[in-house]
Amino acid sequence: MLRARRQERCFAHGIHPPEAKDDTRDLPIKQFPFAPVMIVPLLQHIGKPALPVVREGQEVARGQVLAEPDGFMSVAMHAPASGVIQRIALAPGISGKMTPAIFLQPFAGSSQEVGEGVPCELASATPAEILLAIQQAGIVGLGGAAFPTHVKLKVPADSRIDTLVINGVECEPYLTTDHRVMIEQQADIFIGIRYLLKVTGAERAIIGVEANKRDVGAALQSALPADLPASVEIVAVKYPQGAEKMLIRALLDREVPSGGLPSDVSVVTVNVATTAEIGRLLPHGRGIQERVITIGGPGIRKKGNYRIPIGTPLRFALEYAGMAERVSRVFLGGPMMGQALSSLDIPITKGTSGFIAFTDAQTAPQPEYPCIHCAYCVDACPLFLNPSQLGLLSKAGEYERMADEYHLMDCFECGACSYVCPAHIPLVQRFRAAKGLVRKRRGSA
Amino acid sequence: MSQRGRTLEIHTSPHISGGASVDVIMKNVVYALLPVAAFAVYSFGLAAALTLSVAVLSCVATEHLLCRAAAAPTTVSDWSVTITGLLYGLTLPPALPLWMVACGGFIGVAMGKFLFGGLGYNAFNPALVGRAFLQAAFPAALTSWTEPFAPDRFAAVPASTFTAAFAAPVYDGVSGATPLALFKFEGQTTGTGELLLGLTSGSTGETCAVLILAGGVYLAARNMLNWRIPAAILGSVALLGWAAHTLSPLDYPPAGFMVFSGGLMLGAVFMATDMVASPITHAGCVIYGVLIGALVTVIRFWGGMPEGVMYAILLANAVSPHIDGLIQPRVFGTGRG
Repeated sequence: MLRARRQERCFAHGIHPPEAKDDTRDLPIKQFPFAPVMIVPLLQHIGKPALPVVREGQEVARGQVLAEPDGFMSVAMHAPASGVIQRIALAPGISGKMTPAIFLQPFAGSSQEVGEGVPCELASATPAEILLAIQQAGIVGLGGAAFPTHVKLKVPADSRIDTLVINGVECEPYLTTDHRVMIEQQADIFIGIRYLLKVTGAERAIIGVEANKRDVGAALQSALPADLPASVEIVAVKYPQGAEKMLIRALLDREVPSGGLPSDVSVVTVNVATTAEIGRLLPHGRGIQERVITIGGPGIRKKGNYRIPIGTPLRFALEYAGMAERVSRVFLGGPMMGQALSSLDIPITKGTSGFIAFTDAQTAPQPEYPCIHCAYCVDACPLFLNPSQLGLLSKAGEYERMADEYHLMDCFECGACSYVCPAHIPLVQRFRAAKGLVRKRRGSA
Repeated sequence: MSQRGRTLEIHTSPHISGGASVDVIMKNVVYALLPVAAFAVYSFGLAAALTLSVAVLSCVATEHLLCRAAAAPTTVSDWSVTITGLLYGLTLPPALPLWMVACGGFIGVAMGKFLFGGLGYNAFNPALVGRAFLQAAFPAALTSWTEPFAPDRFAAVPASTFTAAFAAPVYDGVSGATPLALFKFEGQTTGTGELLLGLTSGSTGETCAVLILAGGVYLAARNMLNWRIPAAILGSVALLGWAAHTLSPLDYPPAGFMVFSGGLMLGAVFMATDMVASPITHAGCVIYGVLIGALVTVIRFWGGMPEGVMYAILLANAVSPHIDGLIQPRVFGTGRG
């Protein structure tokens, strides 16, 4: 049942940035055109790059496998369009590092139909077979983390899952892809939940939806098939409600242990768009070769939600959507955790949930002041860290102390501390660097 | 593309920020202090206006000139030194010789703030450092009070105000005694109503409890002041005062008198809450507040001076980093049940 509560479920701390979703929330998902050349990186997820199974000059059909997973921590890549493989070469990645990618030139005038593969039958497939099908379908977390979904679903032998949490929170400002998916792909979501329940052995599923999408939650609730052990729960609008630790806390009042996984508290969480893709692709044996993204922000003319082929270069996407005057910053994902770009020659990948452009008005430089111990960051941090102290320690270069005494490695870089900091100290940036250094040192030790 | 020649900047997340910036917070504290300062002028006349002006000017000028001397950009635009100047002026007797006011302002900002590294690094509230220096250097002048609402307060300036540097100040007219001094030395208590409305003698800005509280409420509502600090201070003073008064009504004043007299209200609301010199966690702030309340009570009851708010806060400022060292937030996913 949809619970009517005066006080919505919530986690402690957090922030309330402007939602900025009105521009795109009511715009139906539109198909994005094919770019003249697509760039499909072999590593679009956390883990190992896929192994190409096509050669240069080969003609491929849309949806055909381009690269096979290389081991468990890897997923397949599929052709975003029918076309010819130009070359397999290095291409710039988001971070600026060159990564191997398959360059594909789509055929003009092709019908671009996607063929059927070997279906993964829900009724007959074993959990192991479903996991394999998810890996072969190339599915990764579409919320932005791009962690291989089959790895996430592989529950450790010693833990038992009782609840599957479907994450339809979408707490990042500007992004409305999950919102649209929950309106337009309800049947896919329900099929996806059936697969996921079977894989994880969970007894029930809870779809968590933020209160700014209450209507969507109600629609989902009323469309729920009677035999599906699932419910929709409305959670408070607060950032970062969509972080899995926060959502589990809000829905189930369970705290994932520091350094632990949701399976430690008998939960698995899957993003709602990922769930919808599982439900859309597995019954047809297809792979993921496009995804829904929000292209928006004050710097974009044709704001909207688009089903965009994976591998579309950003430059093409930006030209199609139209850049407004005075664009000064673009980034992938939402404004709280979105990655800044080093180049427009990088492609949309599976983890890209949004492409946002800001103008001068949003990016006026702000003077940095010394930390005044106002404790705004302490009151904002959803993990109850002490960003003020961490910031001072990072300035002093005491990275080991940050990790050992102040739980640096728990930080998931949600950005709440930087957002509220009246001194405009780039706290998250410092923590990201410190985490990298600590990881490096521990890795080499 | 349409914007040839324009460059896109690279910036790490988050790409948006919200809330007040440091200078806005500081300006709001100044706004909250303005009614207190206005009442001070209304109550003590020209003497208070001159004291406050010289206090602010000496503090701001000190910071500006020291920045210049250090070849660093001036930091007066963050408004924090304006607060220091105002607060410092509000803690001084209205008719204090102006050269002393300027001396204390210089010492407070130079030794209490600049030497520590400026805003964000000061261990002690700089306004209280300045006042503590004066208290040590000129104890007599710091305990010479003026009667409030003197009829000629807007026509004449007390003779002591313009005392030449290093000359002994001359006090003319009627000198007032503060409620705390009246109690300590003459055993008289003042009514809570008078204390609330500021009808008594005292430091320039400490007399009107109502306006100070209103300023505190304004800041707390804007999340620019941690209300737990004044609540803990006032609560612990009230509790200790009530206990002592109940045990021995003749030796100790009632709780209401303890809370609303002297510099306690100004100290609890505006001094102890200096973000830089107070603990960062809510639990730490409560401990810090209770510590101040206990110290105030001890100094008032058994110390040589009638008032102890300044030393109580300075001592607690010194303890504050250690409270932070002991009290940290419970990290999510650790030690819960």
